[in-house]
This record gives sequence, C-alpha cells and structure tokens, in this order.
Amino acid sequence: MNWEAFWLTVRLAAIVSTLLIAIGIPIAYWLTYSRWRWKFLVEATVALPIVLPPTVLGFYVLVALGSRSPLGRWWESLTGHTLAFTFEGLVIGSLLYSLPFAVQPFAASFGAVDSRLLRASASLGHSPAQTFRRIVLPLSKAGLVTGFALSFAHTLGEFGVVLMVGGNIPGVTRTISIDIYDQVETANYSSANQTALVLLIMSFVLLSVVYGLNRYGLNRRPWVVGPWR
Amino acid sequence: MRKLLALILLSGAFATAQEITVAAAADMSAALPELAAAYTKKTGQTVKLSFGSSGNLTNQIRNGAPFDVFFSADEEYPQQLIAEGLASKDTLYRYAVGRLVLWVPNDSPLDLSKLGMKALLDPSVKKIAIGNPATAPYGRAAAAALRHFGIYDQVSSRLVLGENISQAAQFVESGNAQAGLIALSHALAPAMKDKGRYWTVPLDAYPTLNQAAVVLSLSNQSDAARRFLDFLRTPEATSLLASYGFTVAAEDHSKGAGWK
Repeated sequence: MNWEAFWLTVRLAAIVSTLLIAIGIPIAYWLTYSRWRWKFLVEATVALPIVLPPTVLGFYVLVALGSRSPLGRWWESLTGHTLAFTFEGLVIGSLLYSLPFAVQPFAASFGAVDSRLLRASASLGHSPAQTFRRIVLPLSKAGLVTGFALSFAHTLGEFGVVLMVGGNIPGVTRTISIDIYDQVETANYSSANQTALVLLIMSFVLLSVVYGLNRYGLNRRPWVVGPWR
Repeated sequence: MRKLLALILLSGAFATAQEITVAAAADMSAALPELAAAYTKKTGQTVKLSFGSSGNLTNQIRNGAPFDVFFSADEEYPQQLIAEGLASKDTLYRYAVGRLVLWVPNDSPLDLSKLGMKALLDPSVKKIAIGNPATAPYGRAAAAALRHFGIYDQVSSRLVLGENISQAAQFVESGNAQAGLIALSHALAPAMKDKGRYWTVPLDAYPTLNQAAVVLSLSNQSDAARRFLDFLRTPEATSLLASYGFTVAAEDHSKGAGWK
C-alpha cells in the first residue's frame, strides 16, 4: 500500500470537491433559475465531462494549456511552470472532470424546492439572495452533500487525465489509481490488490453515505418541509 | 438482426484468420507501421500493431493477450517469456541495439554538442521527460545514464515519467518538458525530426538495449508470424530500420554529436 499516493489522492479529491462547492453553487443557481433561451447549451457544456473521454481533457490540458499556447504561456509567466506535471494541473483537470458530478445534484435539489415557498419568502420581503440562503440552501442539504461526495469519489478514481498530464511524479502527481496501474503493469499483484481493495471500500462507503442520506437523512423527513409536501 | 450479428461475427473471424497481431515496444511506433505496410504490400498479409512499454506488454502477454509477435526494447523481457514457456526460443531475433538520445526542442537555448548530458543541469530545464523505469527499458537506460554522468541526484526532482517512451517523447515534443531522454527512433521519426535536435548518449553510459523480437507460444498463426520475422532480415527491412536508427550496434551515431 502506497500511503504517499493515498494521501495525495485524498488531498486532491478534498481540494477539488471543496472548490466545486464554491464554483458549483453559483452555476447550479443560474442553471435552475435562468430563463435564457440558450440555457440548454450551458447545460450541455456542464454535462460534457460525463461523456467526454478523459483523454480529450488530458489532451487539452497538455497541448492547449501547454507552453506552446498563449494560455499556457500566460500561466507560465504567472507561475513559472507549465500546468502539466504539477499538482495544480491535476486540480484544474479534476475540476473540469468532476464539475457535472457537483453541479447536477446541486441544480436538481435547488429545482426540487417548492416554488410556493419561494413566493412566500418573497412576499414576506426577502430578496432573492436572502431566499436562496435561508430557504433554498437549507432545503438542498442532501443535494449539496451528494454533489460533494460524488465529486470527491469521482476525483478519487480519476485515471485518464492524470495518466496523460501527471508525469507520474511520486508525492506530486502519482495518484492512487496510477499507483495501482503501475503495480499491475509490473505484475505486483498483491500490492495492487491491497490498494484496489482500499479504493473499492472507500468508494462503496462514500456512495452508501450518499444513498443513505438521500433515503433517510437530511431533507427527506416530511416534517422538515411541513404541510406543503 | 440475428443474421446481421452472425455476419459481423463471421467477418471478424475471417479477419483474424488472415492477419497477425504484433505487440511492439513504443520505440517502434514510427518504424513498425512502415515495415508492416511494406510487408503487406509485398505479401498481402495484414499486420495489426499494438504499442506499449515493453514491461506493460510483457505483463499483458502473461495474462493471455492475443498477440502473435512481440517486439521488445529490451532482450530481458522476451527471455523471461521464453523461460515461462510463453515464447518460442528458436524465433528470438535481435534486430538492433536501441539508442538513447537527449532531445531538446528547436527553441531551446542549450548547446548539446558542448554540454552533453550536463545540459540537464541548466536552470532553464524545469522538467526532464524519461520513460517510467519500472516498465520502459529506455526509462531504465535513462536513469542509468544519469547515474553514469553523476547527475541523477541533482535532476531526480525534475524527472517526469512517461508511461512508455512515446509518451516521454510527446511530453518534450509538446513543450511541457524542456528536455527528454528518448529513443533515437523517435528523434528521427518524421513527427519530431524537424522540431528539435539531439545528442546521442554514448553506449557505455547504460546497459545495452538489445531490441529483440520473438514469436509467442499462444499464437495460432506461428507460421505467418515467423515469416514476418524472416522479413525483418531482408535488406529492405534492415535499411528501413536503419533509417530510424535501428542498427546492430556497429554504426556510431554519436559521431558529429548527432546534430541535425
């Protein structure tokens, strides 16, 4: 068991899913309440990473954001290095890669809030921002936890993007899935087995928490929402 | 619908009966397609190619991958497969000695002919691409060469590992790494030839990379596979291989410092 790779991956997943809370909530808010006629295009863009091969994302991070592109040069002048082969590079790649896994549960839970509650809040003098903070967010706890946990789990298992842009540097970009790949490819099956089992258990526990919460926890208790349900 | 399915399955069966599948080390990724095309043109035999690091491919072969021929960048792997009964010993053919080169893009300020391997100590070199020593023979050669020149400890924090030697070449070709220790065959390949310059690492700096091909025991077309290996010995094939730097040791590419 490669603990260095394990903690690196947990750190990556924690950073990415936390950032996705901050980035995902405004996007999900806009997707839920905007009436713009071209909104579906934005929805499609957000959902892209679900179907896009990770190699496509990896290719773009490597080439479009590499030192030959204007964007890559700008980043390089800012930080002194290219995005590839760095932890920041993995964070940016993973943000794109896990975005829909945060935004979609957020948007779904925002959209599920009874609109009568929103109107009641507005009629009592709350601004849209206040309504969002006091009514929508508390009622969307389950969706927020789901989005956080799903993006965490998804980043934990990320492979293709990391394989393409990571450069397999121990302690920097050698994540747990890359470590398993290396172990298997060098026929080190017992070590691969251990690591794979840890990843399997973690993913199972995370998903159980998500489904358990959605079934029994947080917002599903009818008395929270009251007579409107 | 069922008929269509049967047709698809049958066509698949026919296709595999006629073609041989070659698993090849990534350093052959430019040369082998040309060789295979020449062979197909000559004999009508189609050759399917699959590239990876020699270590990865060996592991796949051990797990029953349906390959007929294996081209390894290191004789060690075919020898292991022979010892395990997975490859036939009498077919083992050493077709070349692989050469490691230090490659930098055209816009690099480094004077390779003057500095040689010491060019890697230059502060402008932030990342150095090599193959993963765990699975790529060229990666092991690169690590050995860095130790030979006594700079391994100084540069080890700047090494980035390609999954195979093609990926290492891609890392430096795309400009994401500023220098790379890659295969001569990649430096000479059309995709990279005009994009950079290289310095050939002397042969005594790393264990010899004997390029070896072997017919695999699981192959059900070993005759066709053997004929393909026979083709490698023809003047047509050897001159094609030589144009990618694959020669049997005699030629010294370090003459003239390998400047293009």
